[in-house]
Amino acid sequence: MSIAGLIERIGALVIDGITDLGDFVLFLIYSLLYIFLPPYKPRLWIRQIRIIGAESILLIGLIGAFTGMVLGLQGYNTLHRFGAAGALGTLVALALVRELGPVLAALMVAARAGSAMAAELGSMQATEQVDALTVMAINPVQYLVSPRMLAGIVSFPLLTTIFDVIGIYGGFVVGVGLMGASKGPYFSGIASNMDSHDIAIGLWKSLVFGVIVMWVCCYKGYNAERMATGVSRATTEAVVLSSVLILAFDYIIGAILI
Amino acid sequence: MATNASTSNGMPPNEIEVRDLCRRFGRQEVLRHLDLEIAQAQITTIVGPSGCGKTVLLKHLNLLLRPDSGTITIEGVEVTRLGNRALDAVREKFGMLFQAGALFDSMSVFDNVAFPLVEKTNLKSDEITARVNETLAAVGLDGMGDKYPSEMSGGMQKRAALARALVRRPRILMLDEPTTGLDPTRTGAIHELIRSTQKNFDLTVVMVSHDVPAVFQISDRVAFLNHGETHLHGTVEEVMAAEDAVFKRFLAGRAAGDDDGASLAG
Ligand SMILES: Nc1ncnc2c1ncn2[C@@H]1O[C@H](COP(=O)(O)OP(=O)(O)O)[C@@H](O)[C@H]1O
Ligand SMILES: [Mg+2]
Repeated sequence: MSIAGLIERIGALVIDGITDLGDFVLFLIYSLLYIFLPPYKPRLWIRQIRIIGAESILLIGLIGAFTGMVLGLQGYNTLHRFGAAGALGTLVALALVRELGPVLAALMVAARAGSAMAAELGSMQATEQVDALTVMAINPVQYLVSPRMLAGIVSFPLLTTIFDVIGIYGGFVVGVGLMGASKGPYFSGIASNMDSHDIAIGLWKSLVFGVIVMWVCCYKGYNAERMATGVSRATTEAVVLSSVLILAFDYIIGAILI
Repeated sequence: MATNASTSNGMPPNEIEVRDLCRRFGRQEVLRHLDLEIAQAQITTIVGPSGCGKTVLLKHLNLLLRPDSGTITIEGVEVTRLGNRALDAVREKFGMLFQAGALFDSMSVFDNVAFPLVEKTNLKSDEITARVNETLAAVGLDGMGDKYPSEMSGGMQKRAALARALVRRPRILMLDEPTTGLDPTRTGAIHELIRSTQKNFDLTVVMVSHDVPAVFQISDRVAFLNHGETHLHGTVEEVMAAEDAVFKRFLAGRAAGDDDGASLAG
């Protein structure tokens, strides 16, 4: 291939990439903006909060309990060697509230609700249901995506809080109940060593992750190629990209709010 | 021009006029300087080989896609450069039946048909119920409102989608392959339904169809598309009488059940 041809190829790839990125960002802006513009659809909001939030509680509780139990076990083993088992409660709570709660809750909801959402929007696109909305003069981003975005923003911090609380009790059951750390310092350590800044970091993360998961999963579904393989690819890409962005932003937010 | 000639001959005026419409996807030129008139209160059927751009043309007429160049005039309004709000006003004039039906599979048939009324009108719920039941009856689906799209046959889904397209009493009805995937008996029934609906509601109908030549029986005018251009266009009699080799070959291929019609080059 000639040099000019190569440059042309690379140029076309770069332009395509920038255009796609622009679409991706505009999609986020519009789906957030339309939450605040009429017509308001409380029914759709509540339905999505049920699907994304309420129906995830059991899973979140289960994962939260196991995560807390693992922290209780390993935390006790480590702290015990330094004679610092009294700090177990603080360790479990800080790890959950600042890191593991927001990240694991977001990953779980991305896998559960995000993938289903990408598949649903993708098949609606493939069967022209999205076009049907447009022809009826209904804005499909406002009708389909904004309620999910709102539900993500409402649900993620709440799910994360549930995850944290159950995790802290899971750590208590294993660390204090099974391993024999003393009971009193577990909760009093949390109360005296964790401040509102730690909680704020966790909540900010969960809020950002909520937006990321809804954004990525809706975008991938909404822009799926209009065929069965397009829908399955969109679903996979939605979960993979959400997970990568969750971990990347976990670091970024952690570094900014330290 | 043909348009002027036909109007002065006492033909109905044009509801939609397409001039010099061009649209490409990447390097592929799908519509190439396409001209077309859709006469008021008539059934205009668009036929042509698969992939010649029929669906793309329809998606320009109902404003889902924007052309690269050219104009589309609907009831005297040039629509290709309208903003979103003005477009929505134009969209209120028409109902669309999509190739895949496009019923919302999370809703019952009743809710599907009621949807445009619930979302876009201020009708009260008993008025909506009455209107939906009336429209379901008009397409032969009385009492089927509680079913879900997945529980219905292909023919019934098309009827339900037609009911949804008609429920706001549009002036223009667009149909993309309303009978594809149906057996000949059901095809005939849907054709009858389209004709009677057109008469009852005094609709302008634009239909893309694969059912050549059966569909000519209910059509007033025919446009034959080939390679993104209007190759032939006129009343059914004019088109059938035309000595056109490409169209003859298309008809012969259809009759032989050649679904690709891919051999129409040149
Ligand atoms: N959104 C799109 N992106 C890229 N190519 C498209 C798109 N829609 C249609 N095409 C191409 O345009 C051509 C005409 O398609 P279409 O109008 O669906 O054909 P048909 O006449 O069978 O309805 C096809 O070759 C198709 O691949
Ligand atoms: Mg088509």
